[in-house]
Amino acid sequence: MLDLRLYMLQRLTALIMAPLVIGHIAVMIYAVQGGLTVDEILARTQGSVAWFLFYGSFVVAVSIHGAIGLRVISFEWFGLNGRALQLFSWAVFALLFGLGAKAVYAVTFAGVGL
Amino acid sequence: MANETQTMTQTMTVSIWRENGDDGRFEKYEVPARENQTVLDVVAYVQQHIDPTLSYRFACRVGMCGSCAMMVNGSPRWTCRTHVSKVVADDQLEVAPLRNLPVIKDLATDMDPFFEKWVAAEAVFHPSKTRHDPMAAITPDDPMRIAASEAIECINCAVCYAACDVVESNPDYFGPAALNRSWSLVNDIRDDGQDVRLAAVGSNGGCHNCHSQQGCVQYCPNELNPTLSIAGLKRETTKALFRRSR
Repeated sequence: MLDLRLYMLQRLTALIMAPLVIGHIAVMIYAVQGGLTVDEILARTQGSVAWFLFYGSFVVAVSIHGAIGLRVISFEWFGLNGRALQLFSWAVFALLFGLGAKAVYAVTFAGVGL
Repeated sequence: MANETQTMTQTMTVSIWRENGDDGRFEKYEVPARENQTVLDVVAYVQQHIDPTLSYRFACRVGMCGSCAMMVNGSPRWTCRTHVSKVVADDQLEVAPLRNLPVIKDLATDMDPFFEKWVAAEAVFHPSKTRHDPMAAITPDDPMRIAASEAIECINCAVCYAACDVVESNPDYFGPAALNRSWSLVNDIRDDGQDVRLAAVGSNGGCHNCHSQQGCVQYCPNELNPTLSIAGLKRETTKALFRRSR
């Protein structure tokens, strides 16, 4: 089920996520001071390569981390295995990555014109 | 004899799993409730005095051979060293074959899958010297010797294997005993098979499946800590990965 490769991928993505989550929470606390508006968020993120990399790397890490975690659960609890398990894992990855990438694009470069 | 007659007057009920190529079921037997008896004594009494067709496995009766492990009131135990008075619940005693292993008949399980996984986990000594070489000098305070010492004294009873929920949900998982033995060999400087061993314990059924739930630690009759050994294997396989990529 979990070989060294998947185990390491899950640990490394966790290592990436940990500081990003702390950064995300810190920005949330900072940003809600004096109310939160769409304009304020977009002013910070639109056209910003730094925020694109910040949330972009988070989305990549979450997609890999979550797909491996759900892969283990679906195998151990629901007996999914073989090709079905492979398909399920990749589908979870694709879903998380797709939704995340769409959101990151929306707040950074959508409508900005590259 | 007088004592025997006296103790015979008090009885207790024991439920024993009976299975012979069918679905199996618990059957109840009335046995003497002696002040001082082990679970194995009770099983032996049933076989010798009530139903000679009852199958079970034992050998040494003193906790050395690892043959007599069974599920007792739902927990895996070495039955020869488990006193009935310590595990009986509401005067009830339930004895079943070890969990996570196929049943051959009644209380006797097929241990083949358990031992096949020892081989798959490379829990096998690979000699690096011949009988003509001098003995390896290993001091008692050598850190590797200390780590190995903590992992030996396993009697192969499969209690940990029956206690492990990962084994239950993942039939490929090598289990605590095999990985614990692999760890003792990782710490054996006389061994020449470390690369194949680390590859084996890092494979699909290997140490990375362990959730560190520590059922093995809780039930090991020799108070070993397979979870700690498995953590050591995780550490060594990770180190080996970085060594390889350098």
